[in-house]
Amino acid sequence: MTATLSAKKLKEVALTGDEYKVIVDLLGRAPNEVELGMIGVLWSEHCSYKTSKPFLRRLPSSGARVIQGPGENAGVIDVGEGWAVVFKIESHNHPSAIEPYEGAATGVGGILRDVAAMGARPVAILDSLRFGPLPASRHLFEGVVSGIGGYGNCVGVPTVGGEVYFEDCYADNPLVNAMCVGIVRIDQLQHARAEGPGNLLLLVGADTGRDGIHGASFASLELDDSSEERRPAVQVGNPFLEKCLIEALQELIGQPAVVGIQDLGAAGLTSAVAEAASRGGSGALIDLDRVPRRELGMSPYEVMLSESQERMLVVVERGRQAEILPVFEKWDLHVAVIGEVTEDGHLTVEAEGRVAARIPVEVLTDKAPTRILQGRAPDAARRRLDLDAVPPVPESIAGSLLKLLGHPNIASKRSVFRRYDQQVGNATVIRPGGDAAMIRINGTSIGIAMTTDCNSRYCELDPYLGAQIAIAEAARNIVATGARPVAISDCLNFGNPDKPEVYWQLEETTSGMANACRALDLPIVSGNVSLYNDTDGRSIHPTPVIGMIGVIDDYHKRLEAGFAVDGDFVLMVGASGNDLGGSRYLEIEHDLFAGRPPEVDLLGERAAHEYLLAAAAGGHLRSAHDVSEGGMLVALAEACLIGERGVRCPPLATSADLRTDALYFGETQGRFVISAPSRSMPELQNLARRHRVEIQLLGLIGGDALEFEGEFSIPLVELAAAYYGAFEQGGVQT
Amino acid sequence: MRFGVVVFPGTWSDRDCGWVVEHVLGAELEYLWHKDRDLRDCDCIILPGGFSYGDHLRCGAIARFSPVMESVVDFAAHGGLVWGICNGFQILCETGLLPGALIRNDVCEFRCEWTNLVVEKDDTLFTSGLGRRDVLRVPISHGEGNYFADPATLSRLEQHGQVVFRYCRPDGLVVPEANPNGSLHSIAGIVNRAGNVLGMMPHPERCAEPELGGTDGLRLFQSVMSSFTGVPV
Repeated sequence: MTATLSAKKLKEVALTGDEYKVIVDLLGRAPNEVELGMIGVLWSEHCSYKTSKPFLRRLPSSGARVIQGPGENAGVIDVGEGWAVVFKIESHNHPSAIEPYEGAATGVGGILRDVAAMGARPVAILDSLRFGPLPASRHLFEGVVSGIGGYGNCVGVPTVGGEVYFEDCYADNPLVNAMCVGIVRIDQLQHARAEGPGNLLLLVGADTGRDGIHGASFASLELDDSSEERRPAVQVGNPFLEKCLIEALQELIGQPAVVGIQDLGAAGLTSAVAEAASRGGSGALIDLDRVPRRELGMSPYEVMLSESQERMLVVVERGRQAEILPVFEKWDLHVAVIGEVTEDGHLTVEAEGRVAARIPVEVLTDKAPTRILQGRAPDAARRRLDLDAVPPVPESIAGSLLKLLGHPNIASKRSVFRRYDQQVGNATVIRPGGDAAMIRINGTSIGIAMTTDCNSRYCELDPYLGAQIAIAEAARNIVATGARPVAISDCLNFGNPDKPEVYWQLEETTSGMANACRALDLPIVSGNVSLYNDTDGRSIHPTPVIGMIGVIDDYHKRLEAGFAVDGDFVLMVGASGNDLGGSRYLEIEHDLFAGRPPEVDLLGERAAHEYLLAAAAGGHLRSAHDVSEGGMLVALAEACLIGERGVRCPPLATSADLRTDALYFGETQGRFVISAPSRSMPELQNLARRHRVEIQLLGLIGGDALEFEGEFSIPLVELAAAYYGAFEQGGVQT
Repeated sequence: MRFGVVVFPGTWSDRDCGWVVEHVLGAELEYLWHKDRDLRDCDCIILPGGFSYGDHLRCGAIARFSPVMESVVDFAAHGGLVWGICNGFQILCETGLLPGALIRNDVCEFRCEWTNLVVEKDDTLFTSGLGRRDVLRVPISHGEGNYFADPATLSRLEQHGQVVFRYCRPDGLVVPEANPNGSLHSIAGIVNRAGNVLGMMPHPERCAEPELGGTDGLRLFQSVMSSFTGVPV
C-alpha cells in the first residue's frame, strides 16, 4: 500500500499529499486513477467547501418562510398562496476569465438547471459582474455580456437585473455570478435524492463529451500563465437543448414515478450521483457503457469527470420508466438508464464489465476534509483617512455630480441590459434600471422582488462592515419596491485563502453577514463560494455578492425609483452623517481610496425599512429609491432621470457638524429618497414618529432641472448626457 | 373565436401569447405542437417568438420543414389568418408566405427595448381597430430583425401597400434614429397581398396589460377578434 504519489499527479487532481494519505486511510487501500480523480474533484474547494465550511456554518439558514435551506440544488422560500420561490446564485469566474463567452453562458445554464431540478420553472436571471477598468478589459466585458445574452435570450428566461462594476483588482480575474429565480407550487417541489434500492438512474439531455474535465479543480486553483492551457476545462453551452430539458422537466412534475432530480454541474456525473445518493442515504451502481457519448474512446475517468452541459440525472421508480419516457421522446431528448440505486452505501462504477471504481459515498461527500487556517488582520494603518485634510466644500457641487453620474460604476447600464430579453414570460413588472426588479406570479397578485448587491470597495477597507452594507443595501433595494426582504443566496468571491489576510477577510465577512442576517431577519438559503480569485499572487477585493428576494402580496402596490407626479413632495428618509470613507466622491475628486466604510446601525436600518414598507402598504408613496454610491445627490438625480422629471429644492439646512461634501455625496446607510403627494404628508410624519425614523423635506417635483435654490441648477439633459452617455460614447464605449 | 399558438422546440413566446389570448382577451386557445398537422379548427394561427429548433442554420430555416407548417401554409392559402411574431415572422419569410428576409441587426447586438410603431395600414383584419398614423408603443426582443428585400420586392411591397408597421419616433415621424435594427424602409411588419398573413418583429403580446408597460399590443389582438366575430371592441 502506497501513501504517496508524485506531486505532478496530485496537482492534476488538486489534492495535497496529506489529503492523499487520508484517502488511503479511509479506503484502506490506494485509490486507482479513476477513484483518485473522483475524490479529487469532490474534495476540491469548489465542491467540498473545505476551507469555507467552518464559516458557512455560522450563517443563519432557517426562518418561518424557509422550505429548503442549503444542501439541495437551490434554496426554497414560501411566498404565499401555495407558491414557492426557488433561487440560487453561483459563480463562474475562472471559466469566464479564460473563455468569457462560453464561461458566462454556461454559468447561466448551470444555475438554470439547479432551479429547474427542484421542479421550478425558471422565471428570472440576474448577473453580478465585475471586470477591470475599460477599455483594457473590454474583451472580457463584451464576451461575458454576449454570453449571458446568448444563453438567456435563447432559453427564454428574462434577465431582469444584476450589477456591473469595474475595479482594478478584477483586471485578470473577472467575477461572473449568475442568479436564477424560479417558481413552483409547494406541493410539486422535487428533491435531488436517489433513494429506494433498485430504482433507476436515468441520464437525460446532452451526450457526454470531453469538455469541462477538471472544471471544478480548475476553479480551485489560482489563475496563472498556464491557465490558458486549461481552456479545455471550459464547457460549451447549448441553450436550445437546455430549453427542451426545462420544458421536459416541467412536464415531469406531478409524475409519481419520479423519485428525484439532480442537475449535473461541476464534477459532472461523479458529483451528481454521489450527492443524490448521499441525500438519499443510499449507494449507487452505474454502468458507464450505457452513458451516451459524443466522442469515441473516452476512458472511465473522462466520463466520470466530464462537465458536459445540459444533462440531468432523473431517479425513477423501477418498473415505471415507461410512464415518463414519452416526455423525453416528445422533446427529442436522449435518455439512457445508466444504473440504479443500491443499499450498500457505495458508489460503484462499472465499465466494460469490470469495476472501474468503488468508493463509499460518504468518503466522496461527508468525509471531505475541513481546513482550518490562521487568519491575520492587515496593517491597521493601511488606507487610513485624514478627513480634516480634505477640503469640506466641493469646488463645484454640480461638477462633482456630473462626474459621479458618468462614473462607469454609477452610470446607467442601459446599453448592457438592452442586450438581454427582460420581458419574456409576461411577468416583469419592474424592469432593470432602478433598485430591485420585480416578477409577478401570473394568476396571482404576488410580486417577487430581486436584486444582487455588493460594494467590494467597502469590503476591502473593512470586510466586516462591507458585508453588513452589502446585506443592508440589498435589503434597501428590495424595500424600495415596497416588497419585504425574505431570504438571501450568497456568492462569496475571495482570493487565495492560504494567505492569512484573505482567510481573515473570510472570517470578518461571514461574521458581518451573520449579524446583519440576524438583525434583519434574513436567512441564507443557498449559495456558493469561489476562492482562489488571484492572479499572479494578487487577490481580488473580498466580494460577498448578496442575492436577495423580497415579497409583496399585491404587486399593484409596488414602487419604482423614478419621480412620478409633478408637485409631489420629495423627502429623505434617514439621517446623514460625515460618511465619506470609501466613498466614490473621495475617489473621483480627491483620488482617495481610504477610510472606514459607513457604520451600519442595523436597528436603525430595520426601522427605516419598516417605515418604508408601512408607507408603501398604506398607499402613501409614489416613488422610492435607495441612497447608496454617490450619496443623496446621485440618488436624487437618478430619481429625476428615471422619472424624467426635475426637482426644485430650497437650500439644504446645514449644521456645523455636517460637512458640505458629506451632505451631498456622503454614503450614510439606511437612507431613501421618496416622493409622495401632499395629502400623504401628515400620515408620513405620523409613521416616522411611530417608527422613530428621521424624515426631511428636500423639495418638490417639477421642471426640467435638478435645482437647489441659490446653489446650483443642472438641466435634466445634462444629467442624462452624463448618466446615459457614459457607456455609449467616449472612453467606455461598449 | 379560437386562436392556435404553434409550439416548436425552442419557442418561448407561446405561453405569453397564450396568456393574452386566454386571460386578457378571453378567447379560446389551443397549443399546436410542431409535430402535429391538425390545426384543430383554429381561426387564427399565431407563430410566436423564440429560437425554434435553436435557430440553427438560420432563424426559422428548420421550422419551415415541420409538419405543422405544411398545414399552416395550406391554411393560409385558403385565406386563414396567420400571424407571425418575431421568430414567427422569420419563419413566414423562410416559408415564402411573406417576401424578404430578416438579417442580423445593423447594431450587431441583440436588442430588447421599447419601440414606437406607426400604423401604415388599417384595412387588414389585424389592424381593423387601429387608425392609420396611430403610433403604438411595443417592445422588440431580437438579434435578427433587420428586414431585408431586394429593391424590386421592396417597391412591390410599397406599391401594394403591404407595409403595416414602421419604426418611428413617439410623434410618428419615421427617421433612421428610431429604427432599432437597420430594417429597410424602417419596416417592422408586413402583410401578404391577400392581407391574411401578417409578420412583425415587435411583441404585441408583451404589452397587453398596463402592469407590463402598456396595452397597445392588446389592440391588435382585439382587432383580430372583432374583425372575426363582427363584434366591435
